[in-house]
Amino acid sequence: MILKEEVQHIAKLARLELAEDEIKKMQKDLSEILDYFDLLKKAPKPKKSEVARADNKHLRLDEAIHSPVIDKIIEAAPDKKDGYIKVKNIL
Amino acid sequence: MDLTSLTIKQAHEGLTNKDFSSVELTKAYLENIKKLDKNLNAFLSVAQESALKEAELADGKIKSGDFGELTGVPCAIKDAILVEGQKCTSASKILENYIAPYDATVIKKLKEQGSVILGKTNLDEFAMGGSGENSAFGVTKNPHDNTRVAGGSSSGSAAAVASKQSCYALGSDTGGSIRLPASFCGDVGLKPTYGAVSRYGLIAFGSSLDQIGPIAKNVEDAEIVFKAISGKDKMDATSADYEYKDLAVGLKGLKIGVPKEYFVKGIDPEVEKIIKSAIKKAEDQGAKIVEISLPSVEFALACYYIIAPSEASANLARFDGIKYGLSSDGEDLLDVYLKSKGQGFGAEVKRRIMIGTYTLSSGYYDAYYKKAQEVRQLIKQDFVKAFATEGEPRHGREKVDLIFTPVSPVPAIKIGERTDDPLSMYLMDIYTVSLNLAGLPGLSLPVGKIGELPVGLQIIGNHFQENKILSIASKLEKML
Repeated sequence: MILKEEVQHIAKLARLELAEDEIKKMQKDLSEILDYFDLLKKAPKPKKSEVARADNKHLRLDEAIHSPVIDKIIEAAPDKKDGYIKVKNIL
Repeated sequence: MDLTSLTIKQAHEGLTNKDFSSVELTKAYLENIKKLDKNLNAFLSVAQESALKEAELADGKIKSGDFGELTGVPCAIKDAILVEGQKCTSASKILENYIAPYDATVIKKLKEQGSVILGKTNLDEFAMGGSGENSAFGVTKNPHDNTRVAGGSSSGSAAAVASKQSCYALGSDTGGSIRLPASFCGDVGLKPTYGAVSRYGLIAFGSSLDQIGPIAKNVEDAEIVFKAISGKDKMDATSADYEYKDLAVGLKGLKIGVPKEYFVKGIDPEVEKIIKSAIKKAEDQGAKIVEISLPSVEFALACYYIIAPSEASANLARFDGIKYGLSSDGEDLLDVYLKSKGQGFGAEVKRRIMIGTYTLSSGYYDAYYKKAQEVRQLIKQDFVKAFATEGEPRHGREKVDLIFTPVSPVPAIKIGERTDDPLSMYLMDIYTVSLNLAGLPGLSLPVGKIGELPVGLQIIGNHFQENKILSIASKLEKML
């Protein structure tokens, strides 16, 4: 079974708050699921590893486009002011 | 005449002949929703007002003579696809009040055709689930047996079509989310080739796996909708330069592969019987049945449940209480993130974010994520080897045109049957996930029933061979 501390560490990385009972259930569920993943150890190594390559031919130029959607996107944010999305103080 | 029994094609003919108007057709569907959906819970929101407005516009188009097969025909949209001005919740509390700021490309295309959008349908939260039970707004019941699930994640779309609350619907499929509910509800569901349909405006789950596709009453309708929504889109760099071409192929001489790995322990014997009998019928019509081997599919489920949650953990990071929907109050910025996610996401979404974060985290990346990417290549290669490529000599092992398998090892499960055991829920996806990993198209065709419960045959084709799949599915549909 994976440790409580490990679940807490992963939850912190995921910026996810978990209650005590959720942590307990997560320990059990994650352990079962990770055990199932052990099946992959049996899989052979591919002969030729195809590395995912990015090519630029499908990408547009990195240029600002005026979009009529911008205002609506800001409208959808929970907290905003003067056309900007508002967040808590960082410093 | 019961207008809601008509297929797209029949409705189109009726509209063309002025037998009825789009407003009348739309009202008939809205009436069914009012009558049935309190019980079934297929819709998360019904857009009565805008639907009737769209129907009036469609009637105008029809009068003018400039209209297509989808003009004036009512449809339902999975609530993970954006329809401008309407709520888009992805069945999550975190997006409970989120209003879509623009139309997804598929919606834009449907609107250009003059479609009528009846409303947004229920799903597993963020499309994560096989039963529909992970919706934050309640399970969708199976129209054929109300004690059972409709299947997921496109639960509402499949149930709406099966219960005549919509003429057709759009779903999305990351690991089986169109095919599985279509199979459970007795609809035709098509998961297109990765890249055939634009994903712009679909709330992202696993971006290398997600595809939007049709759920329809029959094969012909699925083809009409697929034709309308597919093609290159400049808003989705992974969409392919692809144009649907009509194709008529017969069963005579067609080579159908049946993977031996798909008929092993775990499959319901009744499901196996129905699928084998459908295969036999194809053989009786002159198809050649070839036993094939896909040795790596035994790893597909484990591979999928690493890759999909990994991608989800990155995609869902955006729901942090700042840009969309629910925002919980916190002491500082980090506290807002933690609390918004903690309060906004349901149990399954949290589980997948945790799995994905774990398999991507330092120290585990190589053993899980990297290994899964390698296995994904093996699975892809298995299918490449199985399919015949046009122009390529068919030497060596016999190559096949299509592959037939069950969609699911079981018919629709009872509500609550597997909710406490996530792994047993994941096992329902065992026959569907490998297609998403390989980017292949697949269709669920209803081929029989166990009591009241429909069973779907999965027809798998090579990349961009939706036309071959649909052509054969339509022949089988007439025979069964």
